[in-house]
Amino acid sequence: MGMRGEIYRATSLALKDLTTERRTKANFNAVVFLAGLMLLLFGFALGPDADALRNAAAGVLWLTVLFSGVQAFHRSYEVELETGALETLLSYPGSRKAIFVGKLLANLAFILLVEVIVVPVSAVLYNLPMGRLFPGLLPVLFLGTLGFVTLGTFYGAMASRLRARDVLLPLLLFPMLIPVLVASVEATSALMVGDVMGEMASWIGLLVAFDVIFLFAALLTFETVVEE
Amino acid sequence: MNSTETPVDAAIAELRLGAPSRWLWGTTIVGILAFIGTQIYGFTTPSSEEMGNLVKIMFVHVPTAEISFLGVLLMFIASVLYLVRRQERHDLLGAAGAEVGAVLTALTLVQGSIWGRPTWGVWWTWDARLTSEAVMLVILVGYLALRAFTEDSGRRARWSAAVAILGALNAVIVYWSVQWWRTLHQPHSSPMTVARPYRYALRLNDVSMLLIFIALVAWRYRAAKLERAAELLREEAALKQGGSYAL
Amino acid sequence: MDRRHVQETARISLVTDGAATGPALELAQVARRFGRRWALRGVSLRVESGQVLALAGHNGSGKTTLLRVIGTALRPSKGGGRVFGKDLVRDADEVRARVGSLSHAAGTYGDLTAHENLAFALRMAGLRPDHDAVRATLETVGLGRFAEERARTFSSGMTRRLALARLLLNPPKLLLLDEPYASFDVAGVALVNEFILKTARDGGTVIVATHDLDRASAVMERVVELRNGQVVGDEPYQAGPRLAATLPDTALLGGGD
Repeated sequence: MGMRGEIYRATSLALKDLTTERRTKANFNAVVFLAGLMLLLFGFALGPDADALRNAAAGVLWLTVLFSGVQAFHRSYEVELETGALETLLSYPGSRKAIFVGKLLANLAFILLVEVIVVPVSAVLYNLPMGRLFPGLLPVLFLGTLGFVTLGTFYGAMASRLRARDVLLPLLLFPMLIPVLVASVEATSALMVGDVMGEMASWIGLLVAFDVIFLFAALLTFETVVEE
Repeated sequence: MNSTETPVDAAIAELRLGAPSRWLWGTTIVGILAFIGTQIYGFTTPSSEEMGNLVKIMFVHVPTAEISFLGVLLMFIASVLYLVRRQERHDLLGAAGAEVGAVLTALTLVQGSIWGRPTWGVWWTWDARLTSEAVMLVILVGYLALRAFTEDSGRRARWSAAVAILGALNAVIVYWSVQWWRTLHQPHSSPMTVARPYRYALRLNDVSMLLIFIALVAWRYRAAKLERAAELLREEAALKQGGSYAL
Repeated sequence: MDRRHVQETARISLVTDGAATGPALELAQVARRFGRRWALRGVSLRVESGQVLALAGHNGSGKTTLLRVIGTALRPSKGGGRVFGKDLVRDADEVRARVGSLSHAAGTYGDLTAHENLAFALRMAGLRPDHDAVRATLETVGLGRFAEERARTFSSGMTRRLALARLLLNPPKLLLLDEPYASFDVAGVALVNEFILKTARDGGTVIVATHDLDRASAVMERVVELRNGQVVGDEPYQAGPRLAATLPDTALLGGGD
């Protein structure tokens, strides 16, 4: 099947996932609520000094997105595993890469939507200087999220099919996200002081390299892990 | 495939078992002797002025740290080989490398802590190499945990190979990221930087540690292959005896 | 007609594909293990185009595994095979374009309606959904009234009809059915057999794995028996599709393709 056909399949799968998600909003609401709760708890754990909170905010925000977002990856595959739909998906002609991209796009939309709510909430709770952080933070947020979702979609395909999935997915996924965490936190700190040393370019460079490397690696090996 | 050969026979043949070769015994013995020798050498040389006897821990610490990378490297290479060739023994080799690597990495961290505490008063420094070792340990443990929880051996081999490849790539990326990260904030003096006067002895230690690594991996690998062959045979015997899988 | 297909070769039509000369299926010493257990221990089989074959055997004999290998859901651990001349491993994608399976798991999405499920299936095969065809197919399997109902509300029989509808919409050249008669009432069983007969009549090949040979006897022409992952019997069966002549014209058999 040609590239157009594969893109069509990937987008059809993504739309199907998002339709399903829209009909059972329970998942989205739960994730957003959990994220908000985590922001609050971190605030209690680190505060109430405003400066300390502001400095920790970037790290806290990412950790919050990571821990609450992990749920999305389980759900993405649960839908397929409930009724044996995964095997049916694999039985259609066409590449498995399209299935990966489809799942990735749906998860990306989901997490970005969560962030649309969570980022402003964290800005409020942690007194972030939004004027200085935006729009510079947007590429960092997006690239970091892309890396997170790429790896989450990849590892989710395995972890969701194992009994110990709730432990195994974080165990496998989170070490992979250390570069994202470091880059995002450093970029945010740089932005907060006006990026006097011009670091932003380097960190964005790191994020782009990270995303490209792992998107490539995941696409290459997805077929192996999703098949039986 | 030969029509008289059962699939079980073929699978066992692919494992390429054999008696432990001379090389394996040789490597083991030489490695152990070399290691003991270099340790004795290290501990009987006069101590340096600033550090005293404590610095001698680096005779063990540095080689352990440097050879621990080989665990990840071997896991990576074996995983790539497995995905390309789908030979079961490559999967077992990768696992052996990861296990030995995990042990060495854990030891490195403990040694780093033991050195750090009396020297600088801290149990842990966030320097690039020690932090990378910690991340490497988590990656290896993740790999081994995945293997432990995956029951089907075919799936286990494929999944852990994919995880190993991505994990190894990440280990490299993390190393660079943390290097960068550390240079932005004030760096502690790294335990590794004080090694200069002892270069020669450390090289010798590296070699002996390398031999020990090879020996450990080889023995572990052999044990894994024997285990797998035994499983296959046991299953075959049970079938012949019981008659059928019919429920 | 062109607008329906995003990619023309997504599904090879039964009538127009010219490769009807070779056998539909050739397997050579296929073996498959799960860990230390060998589910298939060297199965060799040849099935000609247009045949209806029943795969018999107890639970655990390897029927499901064999069907999954033929459908490329599983790779053989040893040995190999070809479907219409396409290698199972090297040309797996081309095999999938010609094979359709019905397994015991329906593979439907509970939160989508019956109609949406079928439309999605067409999209994933690279085809733009023809909504009239979807509606007509739902009618044929008796789910016309439930087209806009979410599949989650369906009984197991209804879900299996939906899975059957998915195959009907895009009929494959080689049809693999795993215990198709399970969870079906009498009408459902008749539906399955009609579909089998229709496929055979249109030049397709069918393999039905079942331990219920009574139900399959109306349509099968050959019985291959598996035990412990090996073929222990391979007999032609007389009654077969000649019975078809005595079955009444139904929407499936008499209606359009």
